[in-house]
Amino acid sequence: MAEHDVALMAHLLRRAGFGASREEIEAKAAQGFTATVEELLNPETQPGMEEDLLMRYQPAYNEPAAIETNVQQWVYYMINNPRQLQEKMALFWHMIFCAGHSKIDSGQEMGRMIAMFRQYGMGNFKELLVKLSTNPGMVYYLDNCESHKTAVNENYGRELLELFSMGVGKDTEFNYSEDDVKACARAFTGWNIAPAYPPFPYGRSAWEFRYDPADHDDNEKTFLGQTGRWNGEDVIDMICRQPATGRFIARHLYNFFVADEVPVPSWRLTPPRDQEALRQMEDEYFRSGYDIRAMLRVLFNSEFFKSEVVRYAKVKSPAEMVVGLMRQVGEHREIKPGIFEVSQEPKYMGMDIMNPPTVEGWHTGREWIDSGTLVERINFASEYLGNTQLPGVKDMVDRLMARSSAPLSPEEFVVGCLDLVGPLEVAPETMQELLAHAQRGGAAKHRTGADKAEFTRRAGEMFQMIAATAEFQFA
Amino acid sequence: MVSTKKDRVLAVLSLSGGNDGLNTIIPYTSGMYRDARPTLAIAENQVIPLNDQLGLHPTMKPLKRFWDEGKLAIFLGIGYPTPSYSHFRSMDIWHTCEPEKIGTEGWLGRAIKELDPKAENVLTGVNFGRGLPRALAKDGVPVASVGNLETYGLLTGIEGQEQRMEALDVFGRMYSPTVGRDAVMDYIHRTGSDALKGADILATAPSKYSSNVEYSASVVGQYMKNIAQTHLAGFGSRILYTTSPYNGFDTHANQASAHASLWTDVSNNVQTFVDDLREHNASEETLLFMFSEFGRRITDNGSGTDHGAGSVAFAIGDHVKGGFYGVYPSLDPGRQEEGGNLKFSMDFRSVYATILEDWLGLDAKPIVNGNFEKARFLQTA
Repeated sequence: MAEHDVALMAHLLRRAGFGASREEIEAKAAQGFTATVEELLNPETQPGMEEDLLMRYQPAYNEPAAIETNVQQWVYYMINNPRQLQEKMALFWHMIFCAGHSKIDSGQEMGRMIAMFRQYGMGNFKELLVKLSTNPGMVYYLDNCESHKTAVNENYGRELLELFSMGVGKDTEFNYSEDDVKACARAFTGWNIAPAYPPFPYGRSAWEFRYDPADHDDNEKTFLGQTGRWNGEDVIDMICRQPATGRFIARHLYNFFVADEVPVPSWRLTPPRDQEALRQMEDEYFRSGYDIRAMLRVLFNSEFFKSEVVRYAKVKSPAEMVVGLMRQVGEHREIKPGIFEVSQEPKYMGMDIMNPPTVEGWHTGREWIDSGTLVERINFASEYLGNTQLPGVKDMVDRLMARSSAPLSPEEFVVGCLDLVGPLEVAPETMQELLAHAQRGGAAKHRTGADKAEFTRRAGEMFQMIAATAEFQFA
Repeated sequence: MVSTKKDRVLAVLSLSGGNDGLNTIIPYTSGMYRDARPTLAIAENQVIPLNDQLGLHPTMKPLKRFWDEGKLAIFLGIGYPTPSYSHFRSMDIWHTCEPEKIGTEGWLGRAIKELDPKAENVLTGVNFGRGLPRALAKDGVPVASVGNLETYGLLTGIEGQEQRMEALDVFGRMYSPTVGRDAVMDYIHRTGSDALKGADILATAPSKYSSNVEYSASVVGQYMKNIAQTHLAGFGSRILYTTSPYNGFDTHANQASAHASLWTDVSNNVQTFVDDLREHNASEETLLFMFSEFGRRITDNGSGTDHGAGSVAFAIGDHVKGGFYGVYPSLDPGRQEEGGNLKFSMDFRSVYATILEDWLGLDAKPIVNGNFEKARFLQTA
């Protein structure tokens, strides 16, 4: 019955997207797991954002200049883009190919970089690395525009290998040497940005990548044991052929979509959580010729993804927490005021979208949680999940009432609420507290209007308590 | 009864957006100043003179009192080498003391770790505002971040006092530390009960507080009041931090009126804050430090000023030796920072080092990442 299992579908939609309302989860479960995976994997077959509508109501959405507007626009896309996996992959790459507004200082360029991830993030990895290496924001962020034939700046060359493709090491071995870093950096000399037009009087213009052959070091280089007059594309080609690269991407996909891994700097020495799972994705990486979509297909259809062991085995990132709640409760599903405040919430929870702390990105997993961010997460979640006026929550209350024409026992009431919120499984201690709380109100009646009102109030309160549990912190 | 020596407290007000140092501490006799600021120069007869060269912006009159008392230190030409003109980056440099590379730990996070190594008091450091400034960030250092002290707490969305109390009760039991779950779950439980503990304590601050002073209703006013309330409640907090409204000091346009209202607000509330502490016999142990991530361009742009480099910072307290520290940067075009900015003449880490060693009694070197000559603006012992 896995094909039509609601809990499994909820798991898929939380991971491959930003969650969904109960109604949508059940509709997709009825449609079937395999078909839903294919829908997610083929965004071009799904309707996209209604951009004309956005332009109509929010003309400022057209290549906005301010960083806050770009963040707001992206959060709106995460909530509303029917192509959920595409949006999730944009976030995936943003959390690996980290570049931030703190240095780039152009909201427009950050927005353009995310749009590039959206467009190419599920395609061929080699093509994506070329797009990345020619993205003006990235060229500036990692100083490749300061790297010259006669004075090489190694910043981009190093991070391309260390953080963007191969990783420092695999199975305790080192993947490349310092000489490889130097050769890589030399290969990317001349990959530059065109001088910007003066911002007056028409405002800032978009940055443009420009290859300057005169500033490119065209001499022989030895990279990963191969000698030749390598340019940037040659190096990308050699990088993509490395087993280390297949492993690195597979491990990142596992960490993002399946279960929290140890932090990236520990990957050389700490074996992966599930070696066999990575092997399946690595094999597909080479079989498909570096196709990210093909790797994702293996991942979502695998037993390791569907396993109950990995459900709620990831701490929700702040973006997942905020966007997931909006989708679950059905808020900001159309353009209206208040989206700006919502789009700032991930920052209060420790994830300043479009401005990761360093090129190494955010520390994820349990490190999302500290005493300050936990208060923000719990208060935000309980405020929305307990608001029975919101369509998604109202629908959950209706479904709870529809479970039985007789009054619900406290146990049925709690079990029903947990099922509708997740389905979420909680520890026995948590269950005991929720149950004790429900017992104080007795059986939940819903025959008369007054009963219904009280039932609704109690359901809202129970949803708030569930939003406050430690279990709700996990995706 | 013999009074016991109180623990010293550092309050920080960050002026977000890049305060125009040149129109804050004004070289009012300088011809070059007037030439550079055709639109924004403050008339000489309006400047509040502090000596025969430098004076305060006219709206800063409340601070003049502390200058006259000898309790206001003003740091001139404060900054760091190779200035960044990005708000985020420059603020990060001030937060992390890492001008060369990107740092993730804040100087005050490290200081809190030293003050309370076992994190025995969840309120050793408290921030007022949403989201934690990187100055206070360090792994294993719990810092409460309070958006609104009057309503701070967990499950604030629950209506009805009784319902909320009951929910908090359930929360407390759900998060009671347990052993035997996985490590992440244990960690979240511990963090949840820390947060609840901190919130429970902080929630009592407003009701413990009464005062004859009145802060303005502005963000700065309310957060300065919250700092005073938290300090006066005696929770053992040592570092109390807040930030003026985000990028408020970023006066690219209409600076004349904007800058005046910003400093009216800050000056009045700082005066109220010190009066408040004095009224409660709590000024002796408190030091207030104010800074901004950079100054602004020497030449005005006809309406405002663009991002600059060297600027000014302030310290106020009973133990402060009032006066100017450092040298006012030259406006001479030949001696400016590249791009028409004031060249820094004092490293901000000198001031941090002084605060850390002479006020908080900590070893500054590992916190500010190096040795910096102290600006001796504090009376020792």
